[in-house]
Amino acid sequence: MTLEEAQGYVLLATLATPLVTAAILVLIPSRYRMAHRYLSLAAGAVMLGLSVYVFAAYQVGHDPIQMTLRWPWVENVAFLGEKGVSLYLGVDGISALLTLLNGIVAFGGILVSWKIDYRPKDFFILYLLLLTGVYGTFFALDLFFFFFFYELAVVPLYLLIGVWGSTRKEYGALKLTLYLVAGSVLIWIGIFAVVREAGLGTFSLPALWEAGQSGALSPAFQKTFFPFFALGCGVLAGLWPFHTWSPDGHMSAPTAVSMVHAGVLMKLGAFGIIRLGIQILPQGAEFWMPTLLVLGTIGAVYGAVGALTQRDFKLISGYSSVSHMGYVLMGLGTLNAVAMTGAVLQMFSHGVMTALVFLLIGAIYDQAHTRDMKDFGGVAKVMPLWVIGYVIAGLANVGLPGLSGFTAEFHIFVGTFRSYPVFGALGIVAAAFAAAYMLRLFSIVFFGPLNPRWASLRDARPVEVISGGLLILSILAMGLYWAPFVERVSGTVLHLPGVAN
Amino acid sequence: MRDYSLFIPEYIAAAAAIGIVAIELIWPRLRKDVLAYLTAAVALAWLGASLAYLGRAPKEFMGVLVVDEFTTYFRALAAGIVFVTCLLSAQYLRRRTREASEYYGLLLTAGAGMSLMAAARELLTAYLALELLSFSLYILVGFFRRDLKSNEASLKYVLLGGFASAMLLYGISILYGIAGDTTYAGVAEALAGRSSDTDVAAIAAFVLIIAGLGFKVSAVPFHTWAPDAYTGAPVPITAFLSTASKAAGFALILRLFTSAFHTDPAEWRWLVAVVAALTIVFGNLVAIQQTNFRRLIAYSSIGQVGYMLVPVAALGYGDADVAHAATAALLLHLTGYIISTLAAFAAFQAAYDRTADDTIPGLRGLAETQPFLAMVITISLFSFAGLPIFAGFATKLFMFQSAALPELMWLVGIAVAASFISLYYYLMVMRQMYLFDPPEGAARFRVQPALWAAAAALMLGVIFVGAYPQPLFDAADSAASALFEHAPAAQVRER
Repeated sequence: MTLEEAQGYVLLATLATPLVTAAILVLIPSRYRMAHRYLSLAAGAVMLGLSVYVFAAYQVGHDPIQMTLRWPWVENVAFLGEKGVSLYLGVDGISALLTLLNGIVAFGGILVSWKIDYRPKDFFILYLLLLTGVYGTFFALDLFFFFFFYELAVVPLYLLIGVWGSTRKEYGALKLTLYLVAGSVLIWIGIFAVVREAGLGTFSLPALWEAGQSGALSPAFQKTFFPFFALGCGVLAGLWPFHTWSPDGHMSAPTAVSMVHAGVLMKLGAFGIIRLGIQILPQGAEFWMPTLLVLGTIGAVYGAVGALTQRDFKLISGYSSVSHMGYVLMGLGTLNAVAMTGAVLQMFSHGVMTALVFLLIGAIYDQAHTRDMKDFGGVAKVMPLWVIGYVIAGLANVGLPGLSGFTAEFHIFVGTFRSYPVFGALGIVAAAFAAAYMLRLFSIVFFGPLNPRWASLRDARPVEVISGGLLILSILAMGLYWAPFVERVSGTVLHLPGVAN
Repeated sequence: MRDYSLFIPEYIAAAAAIGIVAIELIWPRLRKDVLAYLTAAVALAWLGASLAYLGRAPKEFMGVLVVDEFTTYFRALAAGIVFVTCLLSAQYLRRRTREASEYYGLLLTAGAGMSLMAAARELLTAYLALELLSFSLYILVGFFRRDLKSNEASLKYVLLGGFASAMLLYGISILYGIAGDTTYAGVAEALAGRSSDTDVAAIAAFVLIIAGLGFKVSAVPFHTWAPDAYTGAPVPITAFLSTASKAAGFALILRLFTSAFHTDPAEWRWLVAVVAALTIVFGNLVAIQQTNFRRLIAYSSIGQVGYMLVPVAALGYGDADVAHAATAALLLHLTGYIISTLAAFAAFQAAYDRTADDTIPGLRGLAETQPFLAMVITISLFSFAGLPIFAGFATKLFMFQSAALPELMWLVGIAVAASFISLYYYLMVMRQMYLFDPPEGAARFRVQPALWAAAAALMLGVIFVGAYPQPLFDAADSAASALFEHAPAAQVRER
């Protein structure tokens, strides 16, 4: 077995860990609560370890797609030819980074879900299914399985939010599910058209990329069907004006689900735009990308302004997520290597930062049962660790040098300025708003006189310190020593079709 | 040639049907669930006998029936559906009636009718097989003679069914007028060579035949019997109706449209596409308003029929390769749909045996009182909605992919958008089961072993087909090949 094959099995193991664990949990009766928790935690630890390995072992400067593994799945039947559908796994620099993100956030999410007392068995099964979907989408090099896992990530959300959520959970869960599935409708149609038009009898993504770049898919076809992928995936990425599910969904979701959802799942959308939109339909992308740039910029500014007007912690972070995903879409929209690298870095940066924020919000909501920031004041006196964590996340959000947000946003702005100076300037305006809403929150909640009602608040508990520490570590790592992140991503971005250096 | 050995599975079914009635006459006090398990055993024998024909060269019986892989596929499906329906009926019927033998006997004749519909390659034989199925179903739907709703359902079904049969027969007679032949091969040849002054007659024949068959599979606007029949019939018969009668309808449609009609597609394909679009939109929209679980499934299955008509339309628009792929993918989806439906009904039957409540709010809190049943129902509904890792995702994706011709992209778009709508009403069922606490005084209950085993096995089937469709797709593909390998050589008619 060569190293490449062996590494392919590492991807398979990463994907199988949550799925197999979920299957085992189904079989363990629900009265063994601790068994469910420990097994899930063990799975989380394994996933974290494997994700770190995938990121570390990715070789810079080689062929962008590595660690491939291919098992035939459905072939030589009906319209499917040789290698029609295969379980084809592999990572490039972009998905290697996002895999790392998922490992970190997933582990943290399982830790903070320790305290869930209502039907923990069902919670962990659904949560692990969600993680399977996310990993699968990052690894899939086959369009069938890409969409399979993409949809799998949506399946458990309704129940996760509806059963274990908080504020207006039924509404949030339903709205979120319907929005995401409506996006999937467009992706379905895009898939049917592309597979049919390419006429290769296969769902293999590399084969379809080849078809898109060699001209087998005509420019007119590409222009017609690019919006299907971009809008379909864009809904999940919080693309303005289809973002409204995001603040509501985040507000309703339980802590761990908010973490994965804002931290990783929204990135699936942007990742889908790269994988399906830019890579299969490069000419369509070239035609439509200015539109995406405009929508992304609107989202960045709109989200930041929206966050400024909100009082609920989770809504602030929900709008802030829309704003940051706006940066991501803006960076992708330039089709400029620097800004696109920044966009991918921003996916990671926003992922760890927002996961940290939702973790901390969950920690205070469990005690205070309110998330209205006007209720608080002087919390720094009783919860110093909690405040330190929040400040780090908030400053990363603002883009303070030395933290991950700076690395990412710097790349995006530099790249955007090169091709579209006006939009670069608007992006910086949005960043200024970000500073405003964060500092507003800091001053109202953390400082000032302590409301005696909150004198008994406990500081972050050990599980929260561990998972929060892991996220802070990632924020610092990317802010201080970004070379390993940048070289992996930029090496892959330069290989994308139609990207200007 | 008269090769009487071709119909051993049907002999088994028919002999057992008479035998079961005789058994009850001789031992009237025999426990009724014994009859159910006996019938289930017969279904297994029938399945075994059907599979014995696998790998043999296709054989005709006097030009009116043929036993090939396609027939075998539907024989196996029929046996499987009868088997599961017997398990569902055993305790349900035992509690409600003292004469159950006719019920089981009719299930067997209905299944035999379904097999013959798949085997028929002559219009009148197909009609007779269809009526064998329909008559069995009319009685089964109204089996509870003292139950008004059951009576009403049966009456409605008989009246509208008779009307549909009349339309079908009228269409067949016009077609005979054009072709001078009733075998599928003869009709195909005649349609290929007919002159344009028979256009009106041909269109009339196609409209009438599609209307008649549309009734049998409950396509819009011929669906009105379905919701009432589904709610009035005994619960296991609802499961049987939504699987066997649809499967049989599509068996007949597939063989008819790929052989007799394929030489003249321009005159019927638009009609199938329009009926498909209407059925998809109407079924899914009306399902949203339902408060009764069985009515919801009725409308949702109407929507499903609409999806399955999409590849039938593709038979008319594509070339032979497209038609072959569409047929295989339709068989795959049909089978996945049947497994999902039976899983949903096995779980629903178990819950209904406990609560005797078939409204959707009646499932309230099921996740607390019986989490296994809630999980099975959830998985089946997700499968209907086309979500992974369940059967519906892979089968629907392959089916629509096979039909995604440029001329039909609009229809595929409608179908996909409608599956999105369908998710909404499926979520409403899940909401009752998972988000609400059970009603006061409802305690955890146990499921009777036979139903538990059936639900578990079918649930695993739903996941297996969704996660690894290759084996079933291969079987569907070879069944579809049987329709095309020996298709008549007649060319498509020049317009």
